[in-house]
Amino acid sequence: MRSGRGDRLFAGGVTGLALIVPLTLAGITLLMVDAAWPSISTYGLGFLTSSTWDPVKEIFGAAAYLYGTLVTTAIAVILAAPVAVGAAIFLVEYAPRRIAGTLSFLIEVLAYIPSIVYGLWGLFVLVPLFRENVEPFLQATLGVLPLVGGLFGGPIGGRDLLVGGVILAIMILPLLVAVSREVIAAVPTAQREGMLGIGATKWEMVRGAVLPYARIGIVGAIVLGVARAFGETMAVTLVVGNSSTAITSSLFVPGYTMASAIANQFVEASGKLYFSAIVEIAVLLLLVALIVNTLARLLIRRVAGTPQGFAI
Amino acid sequence: MSAAAIASPSWRIRRRRRVIDTVMAVLLTAATAIAVGLLLLILGYLIVNGLPALNLAFFTERPKPFGVEGGGVGPAIVGTLIVSAVAGVIAIPIGIAAAIFVTELRPGRWGAIVRFSAELIAGLPSIAVGVFVWSFLVRGLLGKYSAIAGAAALAIIMIPIVARTTEEVLRLVPGSLREAALALGAPRWRVVMRVVLPTARAGVATAAVLALARAAGETAPLLLTALGNLFFSTDLLRPIAALPLQIYQYAASPYDDWHAKAWGASLILVAVIAVVSFALRAFAPRVPR
Repeated sequence: MRSGRGDRLFAGGVTGLALIVPLTLAGITLLMVDAAWPSISTYGLGFLTSSTWDPVKEIFGAAAYLYGTLVTTAIAVILAAPVAVGAAIFLVEYAPRRIAGTLSFLIEVLAYIPSIVYGLWGLFVLVPLFRENVEPFLQATLGVLPLVGGLFGGPIGGRDLLVGGVILAIMILPLLVAVSREVIAAVPTAQREGMLGIGATKWEMVRGAVLPYARIGIVGAIVLGVARAFGETMAVTLVVGNSSTAITSSLFVPGYTMASAIANQFVEASGKLYFSAIVEIAVLLLLVALIVNTLARLLIRRVAGTPQGFAI
Repeated sequence: MSAAAIASPSWRIRRRRRVIDTVMAVLLTAATAIAVGLLLLILGYLIVNGLPALNLAFFTERPKPFGVEGGGVGPAIVGTLIVSAVAGVIAIPIGIAAAIFVTELRPGRWGAIVRFSAELIAGLPSIAVGVFVWSFLVRGLLGKYSAIAGAAALAIIMIPIVARTTEEVLRLVPGSLREAALALGAPRWRVVMRVVLPTARAGVATAAVLALARAAGETAPLLLTALGNLFFSTDLLRPIAALPLQIYQYAASPYDDWHAKAWGASLILVAVIAVVSFALRAFAPRVPR
């Protein structure tokens, strides 16, 4: 192909700008690890296992934050996954096409609401509701059971890990629905027809022909949801409590997540080690996001080609 | 007796299958109702609590100290516009170039690397992006909280959105158009700039505005970089106010009056994002899903 001066300039300019993208990713990763290095080299693995976070004595262990993040994320996925997969099945297999379009659109709107607005709603609607009604009820019923009782013990404040998990569940719902809907829609029609042809009911068709085929993609969707919940900040920061660094069994503890710890403390982080420790928390979030997103995309790609849930 | 005994199990099984089928249909419908219901509930609270806070002064005045009547989120609106605009100026050319690179220039291995990097950046928690800019610019190069640091953080978040949406639109431009232009002897750059991009114009504009709308609602990265400001400011090297930051400050305060203002500011934010996103959706060319 003929390649003139204009072409070379154009290719050079576009390539230069485009390569900023991978360079940004590499830059973010390397510079953050570098900034976190004093903390990484001082505390080593103890950063992950110790829950002592004492800026005055400069002893930093993020185990309590890690625990809070894991607990709220687990609550979010346990609550959101069944609802999202159910809604996705309904939208693809049950709803008439016109209604399905409108309903999918409405659920997608949830993804457009900024995190801070979820936080506001959570703080002034969910927190009072959980403090006055839901948590006393859970304590009176599930709290007396032998094994799981500990989860619902202790004083009730309303701003705690449980509410943090609930608001996260609402926030990851649209992503889970969108991706699950896509992988379910990607199941070949012949699969369904074959099942219906041997006399299956609609649900038997879904269970026997659609879900096994879409299963890997749905797992991928849930993994994407986990990645989203893991680093979500503002909504959780407003409702999760941010006052206790003790790791206890109760979900009613006003704990921290890794993201909320950063948002709450970065202003005070004047000392070199304090600063570095905050960056190390962000590095942990970054690494988890990189690993989990890569895995999830591989899973979804196996089922539905390139995922469209990307830009959400 | 004998005929009924043989018939009854199969009849029972059939009834069981029918019951399970109905129960599942009801459960799946309920799941959808929960998802849609949550949206309506949140929007309902937003409108009911937000509308009473809105008046002209709320849009134009600066925040008043607690106890003083009135006041508004004027600086926050101006700040959000400035920071988003600067972020757009940085991110939109990079995003479009990345899309051209991936579809027109190097669709092979290098294109895949650029696309995958964009996907991974899109998957980063926004707080991590905030901490990166905080440690690199605020605590490092610039040495202070500033509007430009906020714009840098938002730009990182916008780039993958612009790149991805633009890529989808460029892929819709028929290959025959490119071939026709090349066959007429047009050089490659002219084909892209004069044929491909103009054909995809509306879609590329959509990508840019969508990314701006998304960035305008981000809070965590701005908190660590732009910090917030109670006064009107246009200085890129000083802290600047932004709507999400103002909402955070009002929501976290103990005052009822400020809570009402947080609802008002949230309503403005969501309304702007919704109007922009859906206007685009209505007018933009269909991107096949």
